[in-house]
Amino acid sequence: MVVHELTDEAVDGLFHALADSTRRNILHRCVQGESSVSRLADAYPMSFAAVQKHVAVLERVGLITKERRGREQLVRTVPDAVLRARQALDELEQAWRGRVDAMADLLAHVPTDDTPMEGTNP
Amino acid sequence: MTVTSVEKDFDTLSLHLVADFAAPVERVWQLWEDPRQLERWWGPPTYPATFEAHDLTPGAEVTYFMTSPEGEKYRGWWQITSANPPKSLEFIDGFADADGAKNPDMPLTTTRMELAEHDGGTRMELHSTFDSREQMDQLVAMGMAEGIQQAVGQIDAILAG
Repeated sequence: MVVHELTDEAVDGLFHALADSTRRNILHRCVQGESSVSRLADAYPMSFAAVQKHVAVLERVGLITKERRGREQLVRTVPDAVLRARQALDELEQAWRGRVDAMADLLAHVPTDDTPMEGTNP
Repeated sequence: MTVTSVEKDFDTLSLHLVADFAAPVERVWQLWEDPRQLERWWGPPTYPATFEAHDLTPGAEVTYFMTSPEGEKYRGWWQITSANPPKSLEFIDGFADADGAKNPDMPLTTTRMELAEHDGGTRMELHSTFDSREQMDQLVAMGMAEGIQQAVGQIDAILAG
């Protein structure tokens, strides 16, 4: 059983990514179907570089993927199934990493049956 | 580094983790066998676990609850499917309702744990698999997706207000 707790870093990243109306709009467009950076750039009153930056922020938090095809950079939302598999296994990994660290701490600090307690808990 | 390798397979929905400990195999086994030691590492620090029933023989059931910072209790159980002390343990891990009954709608994971001597210490290998994609989807749906939706909803509300 794994308890769900988003790390502060992940929450910060998501909030930052979604706190911009252009980025939310890009996300909505991509949910409706594949797009490209140049097509997105045409849709907003800003430079290609600026749109590219917004796409990079969304890509960094794992909400979309970018793929070069010929001269175009295709942008699409990460399929739900992949997103979920990745998320579930990431959470399981984090849970086990935490457990393994706690196990190592116990092995280092808790006396075994044949060594006397000294009451020196760190 | 205690964790020496992690592999994730998105097709079989499984996690393979290798960890090395500077302690003998028997000592590492105690961390699983003694419920008082087990509950010091099973739950995350903010959700400590309390084991109520604990018996690591095949067919036996282990029951526990984890307590949230707000004092809410989340119940879980293991069904031991194989045990070979102090070398290996295999169990199914699931959720239970507030009254302790197994919740059949919640996801199950099957975990196989093996301990072996390695470089004067112990190598622990874990292989953990989600039983079905539907169940895994549900687990994620209640965690991450909810978090994202809440975050988006909050931002929209702030911007609208």
